[in-house]
Amino acid sequence: MHELSIAMSIVELAEEYAGKEHAEKVTELEIEVGDFSGVVIDALEFAMEEAVKESICQGAVWKIIPVHPLARCGSCGHTYHPDSLFQPCPACGGYGAEILQGEELRLRSILVE
Amino acid sequence: MCDTCGCGEGGETIILRKPGREGAHIHLEGEHAHHHEHEHEHEHEHSHVHPQDHRGREVVIEQNILSKNDLLAERNRGYFEAKKIAAFNLVSSPGSGKTSLLERTITAMKGKKDFFVIEGDQQTMHDADRIHATGVPVIQINTGNGCHLDARMIHEAVKELDPGEDSVLMIENVGNLVCPSLFDLGESKRIVVMSVPEGDDKPIKYPTMFQSSDLCIINKTDLLPYVDFDMEKVKNYARQVKPEMEFIELSVRTGEGMEPWYEWIEKNSGVLL
Ligand SMILES: Nc1nc2c(ncn2[C@@H]2O[C@H](COP(=O)(O)OP(=O)(O)O)[C@@H](O)[C@H]2O)c(=O)[nH]1
Ligand SMILES: [Mg+2]
Ligand SMILES: [Zn+2]
Ligand SMILES: [Zn+2]
Ligand SMILES: [Zn+2]
Repeated sequence: MHELSIAMSIVELAEEYAGKEHAEKVTELEIEVGDFSGVVIDALEFAMEEAVKESICQGAVWKIIPVHPLARCGSCGHTYHPDSLFQPCPACGGYGAEILQGEELRLRSILVE
Repeated sequence: MCDTCGCGEGGETIILRKPGREGAHIHLEGEHAHHHEHEHEHEHEHSHVHPQDHRGREVVIEQNILSKNDLLAERNRGYFEAKKIAAFNLVSSPGSGKTSLLERTITAMKGKKDFFVIEGDQQTMHDADRIHATGVPVIQINTGNGCHLDARMIHEAVKELDPGEDSVLMIENVGNLVCPSLFDLGESKRIVVMSVPEGDDKPIKYPTMFQSSDLCIINKTDLLPYVDFDMEKVKNYARQVKPEMEFIELSVRTGEGMEPWYEWIEKNSGVLL
């Protein structure tokens, strides 16, 4: 269900920007979703189909771009690609790394007409 | 609809109600309810328009999708800070004992702290009625099919509840360890409650929730003799995602371990900067 509120926020954001451009419709949306964003891409796909209905985004195509995680170890500074929030630093075994990327939930761009 | 929590589809009708005044309630309809009110907040934004291509003009946005919620959450936070209200967002799976914890805490700390409570549930006023019985002001938010509270619901509920200066605002979120982790409410601290019968692998199953919480309460310790539950294992898992996590082990039922929790509330309220 939070995917539906997120999909509705995406459409709302697109509406706002399309409005500023005095556009009549949105034909494409590019959405970045990090692996650690807490959003399930399949569920978001499904929710988008609902959310675009009767909006300025009706009929638009969307590209969901997964963003793979990158972390920097707080102890030794090593950067690595963790598979989960639990993975210790492969260089020193430390936990609690800073997540540099992978938590994104962003509307990157839209195409309007 | 939601693959992660299994909650239902559709319905955006949010209802706010107070015990004893069930007839009077407020509907928050849809995401557009405050659309015009908040337009000024976006003045600083600007868009870059690229030349027309065959599918239309490109508008580069690069904006966080939850930015509206985050903005409103910051507004709530500013309001709480100005009034020195300590706002705690309690998250857990259904049945971990959040409402029981609040009932016992409010009763025990009466006279020391002014409590105000926001109850979030998909349906029913049961939890608000339980809190109402302790004698403190409470408002129930029924989210319908929604699986989390968001900053706008809190903004509206706080307007109704009007918590006083130096008070403690307890927000019991919808029972769900996935969705509420994404929605900042403007709380001062997030508290994840888990209970012994749920097993010791909760933190690895729901890392985002544990990562975003400040305190982990482990409830129902009276059941430790009857279940396989490794306390150190839980804490180690939780520290792997949140090294600074604080822990309090307690039993709401027997009252054992409640004292450190009351002290934690004292320490984290009233004197916020
Ligand atoms: N054994 C035991 N049961 C508890 C304890 N705390 C709460 N419960 C029970 O757990 C159930 C769910 O509690 P509730 O407060 O409604 O959980 P919530 O859904 O998180 O608000 C109720 O039956 C409570 O009586 C405890 O410390 N020990
Ligand atoms: Mg409850
Ligand atoms: Zn959900
Ligand atoms: Zn390291
Ligand atoms: Zn508002």
